Amino acid sequence: MNSTPWLSLTIWIPILFGMFVLMFSDRNAPLVRRISLVGALIGLAVSLPLYAGFNAQTSAMQFVELTPWIPRFNIRYNLGVDGISVLFILLNSFITVLVVLAGWESIQKRVAQYMAAFLIMSGLLNGVFAAMDAMLFYVFFEATLIPMYLVIGVWGGPNRVYTAVKFFLYTLLGSLLMLVAFLYLYDKSGGSFSILDWHKLPLAMTPQILLFVAFFLAFAVKVPMWPVHTWLPDAHVEAPTGGSGVLAAILLKLGAYGFIRFSLPILPDASHALSGFMITLSLIAVVYIGLVAIAQTDMKKLIAYSSIAHMGFVTLGFFIFNAYGVEGALIQMVSHGFVSAAMFLCVGVMYDRMHSRNIADYGGVVNTMPKFAALMMLFALANSGLPATSGFVGEFMVIMGALKHNFWIGFLAATTLIFGAAYTLWMYKRVIFGAVANDHVAKLKDIGAREFLVLIALALAVLGMGLYPQPFTEVMHTSVNGLLQHLAVSKL
Amino acid sequence: MTSMQQLYLLVPMAPLAGALVAGLAGRVVGRAGAHWVTIIGVTISFLASVVVFLDVMNGNVFNGSVYTWLTSGATRFEIGFLIDRLSVLMMVVVTFVSLMVHIYTIGYMADDPGYQRFFSYISLFTFSMLMLVMSNNFVQLFFGWEAVGVVSYLLIGFWYTRPTAIYANLKAFLVNRVGDFGFLLGIGLVLAHFGTLDYASVFSHAPGMAQTTIEIFPGSPWLLISVICICLFIGAMGKSAQFPLHVWLPDSMEGPTPISALIHAATMVTAGIFMVSRMSPLFELSEAALSFVLVIGGITAFFMALIAVVQYDIKRVIAYSTLSQLGYMTVALGASAYSVGMFHLMTHAFFKAVLFLGAGSVIIALHHEQDMRKMGGLRKYMPITYFTMLIGALANAGLPPFAGFFSKDSIIEAVHLSHTPGAGFAHLMVLMGVFVGGLYSFRLIFYAFHGKERFGAHARDHGHDSHAAAHDEHGHSHAPHETPAVVTVPLILLAIPSIAAGWFIGTILYGGYFGSAIYISPAHEGLAEMAKEFHGVIGMMLHAVTTLPFWFALSGAVTAWYLYIVNPELPGVLRQKFSFVVNILMEKYGFDRFNDWFFAGGVRAIGGGLWKFGDVTIIDGFMVNGSARLVGWISGLVRLAQSGYIYHYAFTMIIGVFVLLTLWFGQV
Repeated sequence: MNSTPWLSLTIWIPILFGMFVLMFSDRNAPLVRRISLVGALIGLAVSLPLYAGFNAQTSAMQFVELTPWIPRFNIRYNLGVDGISVLFILLNSFITVLVVLAGWESIQKRVAQYMAAFLIMSGLLNGVFAAMDAMLFYVFFEATLIPMYLVIGVWGGPNRVYTAVKFFLYTLLGSLLMLVAFLYLYDKSGGSFSILDWHKLPLAMTPQILLFVAFFLAFAVKVPMWPVHTWLPDAHVEAPTGGSGVLAAILLKLGAYGFIRFSLPILPDASHALSGFMITLSLIAVVYIGLVAIAQTDMKKLIAYSSIAHMGFVTLGFFIFNAYGVEGALIQMVSHGFVSAAMFLCVGVMYDRMHSRNIADYGGVVNTMPKFAALMMLFALANSGLPATSGFVGEFMVIMGALKHNFWIGFLAATTLIFGAAYTLWMYKRVIFGAVANDHVAKLKDIGAREFLVLIALALAVLGMGLYPQPFTEVMHTSVNGLLQHLAVSKL
Repeated sequence: MTSMQQLYLLVPMAPLAGALVAGLAGRVVGRAGAHWVTIIGVTISFLASVVVFLDVMNGNVFNGSVYTWLTSGATRFEIGFLIDRLSVLMMVVVTFVSLMVHIYTIGYMADDPGYQRFFSYISLFTFSMLMLVMSNNFVQLFFGWEAVGVVSYLLIGFWYTRPTAIYANLKAFLVNRVGDFGFLLGIGLVLAHFGTLDYASVFSHAPGMAQTTIEIFPGSPWLLISVICICLFIGAMGKSAQFPLHVWLPDSMEGPTPISALIHAATMVTAGIFMVSRMSPLFELSEAALSFVLVIGGITAFFMALIAVVQYDIKRVIAYSTLSQLGYMTVALGASAYSVGMFHLMTHAFFKAVLFLGAGSVIIALHHEQDMRKMGGLRKYMPITYFTMLIGALANAGLPPFAGFFSKDSIIEAVHLSHTPGAGFAHLMVLMGVFVGGLYSFRLIFYAFHGKERFGAHARDHGHDSHAAAHDEHGHSHAPHETPAVVTVPLILLAIPSIAAGWFIGTILYGGYFGSAIYISPAHEGLAEMAKEFHGVIGMMLHAVTTLPFWFALSGAVTAWYLYIVNPELPGVLRQKFSFVVNILMEKYGFDRFNDWFFAGGVRAIGGGLWKFGDVTIIDGFMVNGSARLVGWISGLVRLAQSGYIYHYAFTMIIGVFVLLTLWFGQV
């Protein structure tokens, strides 16, 4: 075992900080904010050794921690990361800092609870990515619903209760079947909840298909894939800015991560057999959702739909089974974390000032907020998949992989070049460009130092990853190759 | 890294550094700081390009990578440079025109509040364009390709408060994206079948792949190379504004005039021409792709020139003329005369920059008036602008001894000698285009600089180009006067190559200038035949007098003279008489209207329909809320059973026990 349990630290430090700030009331709000920021920063700091000490030459789990938890059922506190998961822990810890900063002024009531929800969620999300025991995974996976449910239900918009319930039920129903699948696999594997054991477990075609369906329902809702996506636009519209940021940047990744950690390696034959189905749904997400996004009049809904379209590239990349596709999909997941968080934070910046998400209420924001407009331009371009931004890398690789797989799949995927630019830049034009549309816009103040810091951090991430993605793929290379080799072998 | 390699790196990095300083620290460095830092950056870049040019002429070709952008699977995607005779020509042209435009901008944008931003953008553009031409692989090509598109987007929308400008920039970006869509598919097919995106490896494997077919539609095998080339060419059609993706270029005139010269005439729009020349080892393998290129180029060359004849906005006349000239270059590519296309690209960069910058000079002198009906007689007041623009017009019309003559005449000759299907059509188009070119070029000159002085009190109410800072009333009652030296000096410096660049035809076309940078299949030897006929610059001019193109161009110019000088009432009469044709031309063949209605409107309607019907009605209304209602309905039914009467429960229990017992005993 390693000398320092870095993974446990990334999980429990934010959670403990979250518990700690709960002791304070709103009278101490400034203190709560500072403590939360410190917690988030320490959380980020303890995640850095995961990258620095990561050995990219092996596809085995690293930073492994293993302790019995519920011995009676052979459930273990088993943590570990490989090249597929390590980036998400870093991403999550990074986004948590930004989200704490983003809620600094806009959240004035129940500050401690708000910050606690995000810190605890951050720890739980790290747990999801690090868990190597299925039950542990399940606990973390489900537990993340609670803070997000509260974030939407308490700090959300006018329709928050309907939305919170819709969000909760939608995602909970899906994951119940996953639990059933886990119990089946536990039984089949002779009493093991170890995910790695399951990877090696031989399974006949019928159980593979059934398990695939169970996993699909759990993960597809999270991604979300068409047609189980309709909770997402509602959730984003009602969620506070920070909630939208985490939801888009990290929570959606759980579904995709589930596919690559469970469905693909445990059920390789079913994955191959059903790849046509998965590719079809992914392409619907890209084309159909891309078109739907164009028609939106609410900025947050538009970005939510754009999120779904971008996540379509992730599932598409996974199910074309080549290195370009899988690595592109993982890159797209990280990039989407930066870009979608940035887009939602940008809308948050405007919402804080105007209390409207309606595109029609804006126009000419560039005249009063030039710094903000410049940064948002960058994010809008990244959202349109422009080269030299992170948004390009994943899409490019997935399109390359898709074209290698089949011309028409690549053709349909590449339509995002047109639709993605159309919905993003058309929104940008209506909101930011033009003459000052009304008195409210005329009175806007440009972003302050704190907002600037948050957005510039994301801008640097977006540009850095776009100009030099090599450090990101280097990490995942061996693990992805291992996965692809594993996938090529039938379990029948 | 050798010192030469450092120099390669310096070429794109110097403008980038200038752009970053002017853009991020614009307020710190001030207006003068911004133009100095960017001009110094571009000057360094230009000088370095010249040194590299001389080095390449000595036979030093470089192909190497700078850093590994990404590794995926077994493929390494590199950022790297290919410095050969093709790229180095582009480097010199781009940095030279860019430098001129930078200097000119000091005068043109003097009153604009976005001064620093503008310099930052044009330097950023120079960087992007250099990355594009210096690339040694498809990824970086695509990177530069998109980057120049974005800067163009930002610059067309530079005056972002104007509805027309932000409409035009979105349109430009989206139309270009349609082209990029094809381009990316082409790149993807290259990667899928060649396993690499490095030019050198792809080109060396291309001959072996010449007979490979793929079935895009099952049952109909197509040549892989043809599919790839046509996809790549669709990208070129977007960027180089070829029919039917040309629609964005005229609208791009909403941007400030310096960028119309730099981006939308001299450099960016020629990226497609450059790209196809770069890809000559692929295009040469596909007769189908070359035919496609010929036909598209031919249509663009002639039909776009016709529109220029009816325009009144001085910038739009030049914009349509640019479209037509791009068509000429494309035709040259289709005729396998890549070097001729590149030659025309170069001469055109100079003379079109002169025309645009000259137009800009007129526009400033008239306080942002662009309507030629409100000009006239300007030659007395603005002699330098007049003479430089006259040179530009002569070159544009293709009259000897000006640069355009040599390149245009060679294109016509090359397409005449080409045996590629479609060459006959393209030849007809470019031949007729020569007459129209003479007509619109001289129409512009006569309209703006000769005849009655029509400017005056109304000079300002039609200002397309007026911006916030131009609201000073100064100089209104005065006659227009020549623009300052920062404007006229670039004009003169660009006018010189507009005359002289053509005289290098011997070296560039027949002296084997491009060497191995361009590959021409032995089956397409039109150029070799032309080389046999070529007997020096003077000989070519003398010979031209006996050929049709010369007389066509001349008669175009004479027609313009008759219509706008001798009998200025006639054009109005003709307009009325042929109002049907004029309307079609004024409507630009209806493309804008159709695209707005069919594509923009159609996509919005489909998107809205899918949303309202698919998401809201079916998924949310029927499936999600429907299941909620179903659960509610079932629980309502179940609730009926929970009546609260003990005898109901007891009765149910008895029935239950009875049923269970029956089943149990029934089994045994």
